[in-house]
Amino acid sequence: MIAQVRIRYRPGVLDPEARAIARALASLGYRDVRSVARAKIIELELATSDRAEAERQVREMCDRLLANPVIETYEVSLGD
Amino acid sequence: MRAAVVTFPGSNCDRDLAVAMEAVFGRPVLRVWHADSELPPVDVVGIPGGFSYGDYLRPGAIAARSPILRAVIRAAERGVAVLGICNGFQILTEAGLLPGALIRNVGLAFVCREVELEVATTASPFTCAYPARARIRLPVAHHDGNYVADVETLDRLEAEDRIAFRYLDNPNGSARGIAGVLNARRNVLGMMPHPERACDPKLGGTDGIPLFRSLLSALVA
Repeated sequence: MIAQVRIRYRPGVLDPEARAIARALASLGYRDVRSVARAKIIELELATSDRAEAERQVREMCDRLLANPVIETYEVSLGD
Repeated sequence: MRAAVVTFPGSNCDRDLAVAMEAVFGRPVLRVWHADSELPPVDVVGIPGGFSYGDYLRPGAIAARSPILRAVIRAAERGVAVLGICNGFQILTEAGLLPGALIRNVGLAFVCREVELEVATTASPFTCAYPARARIRLPVAHHDGNYVADVETLDRLEAEDRIAFRYLDNPNGSARGIAGVLNARRNVLGMMPHPERACDPKLGGTDGIPLFRSLLSALVA
């Protein structure tokens, strides 16, 4: 089973890279861009086919390593 | 005064830190490898700068989960002094020994220069040999030194006198100019500037020496 983790900064954490991207888009003339946020996606291939067990394991991985709760939030989605 | 310095794959300030400690402490510093699961009995542990594990995932994230860090956390709980410099600071926040996190510098550039700092508290085993409110100069060299924490945490750090160093000319966007913070028990310090690189007049300065002298006087007394 494939599990996808989407990690992004918490609201309120000012991401300097996202702000630089926003400025670059503005300099290209895209005036409708109000803000930019970046996220990273980590894809995991799991040996289990038990969805509940997969979700439990992946959330634990996020809490222990993949995300830093001080600055980041995460979402887990499971594939087929 | 027994000291150890931890080396991770990608550490690059470990030897400098050991040399600076040896010069002040007057005895050899033990070197510990990241895969070791036990620390020798020591009074102080140094977590050096560098790019542990290539900064993969987040700076310090992988090192914070390495076997030696579990031993460092246990040692800190026993009251052993832990000094994390630069990547070492990032590792200590990732390990939960210090609050907050260090993200990309506001200017996005790697900042490598000398900065002026205020010693914001002398009430710690790391800063007690500095004059109160001393202004010192130390080098910084980092890409991810922008200290962030929520407002409640920042207020608590100030109320509890746990900000050890502040930038006078904030080079990276750190919240409230924070360059170094202490844990509640005041035996763990994380800082982005490099005191170990300012311990020899031939290398540009000596303002780092009182930090190691502080440890010597606080921990041997």
